[in-house]
Amino acid sequence: MQATTLFDKLWSRHAVMEHPLAGTLLFIDRHLLHEGSRNAFSLLRRRGLKVRRPELATAITDHYAPTTSRDLARVDVASRRQIIADLSANAREAGIDLLDLSHPSQGIVHVIGPELGLTRPGMSIVCGDSHTATHGAIGALAFGIGASQVAHVLATQALWQKKPRQMRVVVNGRLKPCVTAKDLTLAVIARLGAAGGTGHAIEYAGPAIEALSVEGRLTLCNMTIEAGARFGLVAPDQLTFDYLRDRIFDGDEAGWQAQLDEWKALRTGDTAVFDREVEIDAASLKPMITWGTSPEDGVSVGGVIPDPASIAEMSRRKSKIAALDYMGLEPGTPVTDIRFDRVFIGSCTNGRIEDLRAAAGAVGGRKVVMPSIVVPGSMRVKAQAEREGLHRIFLEAGFEWRLSGCSMCSGMNGDLGRPGERCASTSNRNFVGRQGAGVRTHLVSPAMAATIAVTGHPVDISETAQ
Amino acid sequence: MTPFTNLKAKGLPLGLENVDTDQILPARFLASKPEDGYADYCFRDLRFDADGSPLSVTPLNSKDYAGAMILIAGSNFGCGSSREGAVYALQHLGFRAVIAESFGDIFYQNALVNGLLPVQTGGETVGQILAHLRASPDACIHVDLEAQTVHVDGGVRFGFQIDPFKKHCLLNGVDEIGFTLGFLETIRRYEMTRDVSGGGRVG
Repeated sequence: MQATTLFDKLWSRHAVMEHPLAGTLLFIDRHLLHEGSRNAFSLLRRRGLKVRRPELATAITDHYAPTTSRDLARVDVASRRQIIADLSANAREAGIDLLDLSHPSQGIVHVIGPELGLTRPGMSIVCGDSHTATHGAIGALAFGIGASQVAHVLATQALWQKKPRQMRVVVNGRLKPCVTAKDLTLAVIARLGAAGGTGHAIEYAGPAIEALSVEGRLTLCNMTIEAGARFGLVAPDQLTFDYLRDRIFDGDEAGWQAQLDEWKALRTGDTAVFDREVEIDAASLKPMITWGTSPEDGVSVGGVIPDPASIAEMSRRKSKIAALDYMGLEPGTPVTDIRFDRVFIGSCTNGRIEDLRAAAGAVGGRKVVMPSIVVPGSMRVKAQAEREGLHRIFLEAGFEWRLSGCSMCSGMNGDLGRPGERCASTSNRNFVGRQGAGVRTHLVSPAMAATIAVTGHPVDISETAQ
Repeated sequence: MTPFTNLKAKGLPLGLENVDTDQILPARFLASKPEDGYADYCFRDLRFDADGSPLSVTPLNSKDYAGAMILIAGSNFGCGSSREGAVYALQHLGFRAVIAESFGDIFYQNALVNGLLPVQTGGETVGQILAHLRASPDACIHVDLEAQTVHVDGGVRFGFQIDPFKKHCLLNGVDEIGFTLGFLETIRRYEMTRDVSGGGRVG
């Protein structure tokens, strides 16, 4: 029999049944909800349906969470106050655990899932959010869905799916010390293209992936959707188990060992075959930055803005010319010559403790030269950073030290830039208007964002690190 | 769900690549309820400048394409955020089908469950339709879901692929939740076969 992949194993583990037309009915172990679930609850209400397994859902206020206060009354836009209050009301009515603004473990869904040990190897996890693949870094079958599917899972705890094609991205060698998981994911997306992973589940493997910390793997899997794939996976290993033991070990050593035996089997067989294989040489990678309006527009910080004139295909060339026009950039400009107006450090991509350590480490006693905010990915990350004194480094340098939430990644809470501003952001999307109408977003790692905040421009830290 | 069988309507040649769901429905409108209508918000920043004045450069504002119900776009249409509101917004603006070279996976699913037909076809065909509609804005496009064909009057004719289950649901207006509730006993039996405590609770 042909060896199976990690994805195959996760898939068959959750297959409730096969239907000749509808495909596989997948059981959902954990359903993460945020404010956007309101449409799904309305749909259930209209249909007169109840939440079937409320104990398998967790509701978290993150997209609209204000980052300057936890007082809902101080949210000055009525529709935002309402959507936050609606999540709390819907969760309470259904008997769903709620991490609202006042909860000490509140944070971004994709940060707190792993952090609280809700996310475990072998689980199936859905959320009405495209960055749900984040949880695949722990070895879970995790994918983003829309509101109708959220309603479907609330009503049935299952979802019809057709098995996607499978791709393996093998990252050989070692990343240079100045090159992070964020740089790696931007390089992978640049290689595959924004639609390169469409219709696929991607497993990341190879020595450079094994060497990544669990938090680095979370960053990598988080951005899988930016290459078009709904699923991103890393096989759980000793690093994963140690990460989880710190969070969920309850003193039952025998039970833990039995659990480990099950988790250790969650690996791709040596002879398993993928529909597509991509190899990347880690050692060749440099710190990355995006120049355009798609996450696929990544370039090395030591490089120059590419010239779309060299793109043969006309519609693609036109779209890249439009992107340069929006970004206010000229082909051939050295990346290090670009001057910035604003910095955002945070998000489900880069709002974890290692990210804040990396950013604080890059400050180097300097002062920010532009408005710069640090938004921890969760209140627990914030507390940990404060125990380590990171907040003092940020505050002394002139950064704002905020409360946790999605903030400038999606801008839904009102944390936005001004038209024409150029923002260095550790988030996941540089789409037109994503951080405010007319705002020009460049995606970077936490260390690069902090460097830009204190120098005004990108610095090729692979040069200074030599 | 509103059934979709066939459609004869004008098309709107949007083109463009990587049109993300933030373009289709900007995040700042997501706190509004869909029942209050998303038509004004759909493609807001492509249609209007910061002061709210209509932009003349986009076919979205052209009288030539008034009443168009089929949107023609480039590759990776609907990439990015999973917001289903992007589908509602397109429907509220009057669209019932989108023909594109490729779609974002989540948008594609969201479109199907809401009765907005996503038709995927080759880049060359998309290019031909765009050119045809720019020259002949009134050309009628016939979309036949049963036959899985599209025919542009005076232009291209092609077949398209669609998942047979989704096709069945669209043609008959089948609601997936109702369909799945019919298998509740099977789900219950599955739940007895393994620990489905979902990683525990948080207080």
